[in-house]
Amino acid sequence: MFSKDRMKKHSIKTICLIVIASFMVVGMGICGARYDYIDITHPFLRKIPIAIPVFKKIYSGDATERLSRTASDLLAETLEFTGYFKILDRDAFLVDMQTVISLANVNFYNWTSIGAELLVTGGVLIQDNQVEMELRLYDTFKEKLLVGKKYKGLIKDQRKIVRRFCSEIIFFLTGDRGFFNSEIAFVSKNSGNKEIYVCEFDGYNPRQITHTKSITLSPAWSSDGKWLAYTSYAKGKPDLYLKHLRQKRGAVVSKKGINITPAWVPNKFELAATLSFSGDPEIYLLTGTGKIIKRLTKKRGIDLSPTWSPDAKHMAFVSKRSGTPQIYIKNISSGAVRRLTFQGRYNTQPSWSPKGDKVAYAGMGNGLNNIFVIGIDGQGLIQLTHDQGDNEAPSWSPDGSLIVFSSTREGPSRIYVMTAYGTDQRRLLALEGEQTEPDWSPGMVNN
Amino acid sequence: MRKKLLINLAMVLVIPGFLFTVSCAKKTIRAETSLTQQAEDEAAAEKSKQEELARQQAIEEQRLQEEAERKTAARNMFLNEDIFFEFDSAVLLAEAQEILKKKAEWLINNSDVTATIEGHCDERGTNEYNLALGERRAESAKTFLMDLGIAESRLNSISYGEERPLDPGHNEEAWAKNRRGHFTIN
Repeated sequence: MFSKDRMKKHSIKTICLIVIASFMVVGMGICGARYDYIDITHPFLRKIPIAIPVFKKIYSGDATERLSRTASDLLAETLEFTGYFKILDRDAFLVDMQTVISLANVNFYNWTSIGAELLVTGGVLIQDNQVEMELRLYDTFKEKLLVGKKYKGLIKDQRKIVRRFCSEIIFFLTGDRGFFNSEIAFVSKNSGNKEIYVCEFDGYNPRQITHTKSITLSPAWSSDGKWLAYTSYAKGKPDLYLKHLRQKRGAVVSKKGINITPAWVPNKFELAATLSFSGDPEIYLLTGTGKIIKRLTKKRGIDLSPTWSPDAKHMAFVSKRSGTPQIYIKNISSGAVRRLTFQGRYNTQPSWSPKGDKVAYAGMGNGLNNIFVIGIDGQGLIQLTHDQGDNEAPSWSPDGSLIVFSSTREGPSRIYVMTAYGTDQRRLLALEGEQTEPDWSPGMVNN
Repeated sequence: MRKKLLINLAMVLVIPGFLFTVSCAKKTIRAETSLTQQAEDEAAAEKSKQEELARQQAIEEQRLQEEAERKTAARNMFLNEDIFFEFDSAVLLAEAQEILKKKAEWLINNSDVTATIEGHCDERGTNEYNLALGERRAESAKTFLMDLGIAESRLNSISYGEERPLDPGHNEEAWAKNRRGHFTIN
């Protein structure tokens, strides 16, 4: 059970956040994916109207008052972030949850009549610096409790509690844990130099990871979320750095020429990267300690920017072998290479989807890049960004539902998020200076 | 009588002696005058020699200065004259080749120098690809110089991709300036 796994991790970190009750509805012990709230093939075509009234204060008091509001707002924002829901305006609600005697007895007609198909109710109790939160998801038409959880933790852990419950909701509705424990690495010129930063999936809590005071680029997460690889000019030339995020461990690949575009192999302590010590930029397979295992591309001219299929059997990359930069796919065991993109004269920055069926990339026309998605069979090409500045560096959320990218649509380059179908494009965060090259972590970063 | 003879004889001997003495004294004076003249002449000669020397020194200094200026100008030209590329290309244009020939000549005349060639790109491509393209540009220039006889050990190359634009503008004029190969001396 997910919650128990998480509990183990957090008990180590001395964070007292526990699930003290789980009351899932009777007979609903089936995989959520079979439950057709969200159409997996067109998940963003129709947003589910959901009502999230301010959580009920079990005891009144200023702290409880504040927390019940901030926690219910955060839950609404977090669910809205997924792109699956239409959050209903609280002004339209017919009932004030604060006056409800019992959270367990819901008059569903009050909610169906304002168009809500789902309802989240919550109760908040604060004692000393501890908070207890009881959260429930209802299907208002079927008049059913879908998910119910009771959490206890420190007041400062309210974000974690809310996210935990959002993760339960999304798991129930889609069968996937979502991205609520994921983070996004990116490059920011905040300090005057390009350095690597990391923020939570929703742009919250950005923090600086490197302090190279030089040019630092292209962050790439390992699939266990423990390592970041990146390129830095810290020693005067573009070298490849492999850095453990919590321990002072790592390696540097500092061969002659460029040492760039790292991409960790899924579920392995290995990565592909572009090295040019031979006089020509080629892609190599390296160990996690930076030793060359073998060379993966063998064509004269530029080869770079590898990205792995989730099963690690294929690698997409950029090559100029046909005269313009295009995306190719290499079958690792057979060695066969085929060209994936044929439209446009400049297609770079491929990112293989976590479901394995698509590749997102940046394609240039009239000097500006836009984000495209193409099936790995070369079919179903769609353009996701249009006429809004330069859009680069797409990277998928771990559940494949969202894509993060950089855009100059508001002037300086910033980090944006959209659904995998191009809808709901919004800015993730804005720091001083420019932000570029986002890379979305796998689902299980231990935050 | 005999006494008178002696006096006369003495007179004969003494007077010419006197005369002789006088003439001798005159001669000495004349010699002193000629020495002063000579010193004056020598001083004049020395002065003109000094002047000539200073003049020549000035000419030499000017020559050296001009030489130094020429050297500085040649050095500055080596450092400041960039070569330019077309979009998404590392091919050396005719103009770039002419500039590189001058750079090769300068490197031959300054055999103690090692140089670094920086490859740069405009902002339109994507960052990673431009790192590779910048490297191709630096390598193109390096290979051209090696073909003109410059030892590989004297040539370093580095790519900055699109990370260090010369002109921060977002138009063709700025892009053209930023697609460049730039030289530095180590």
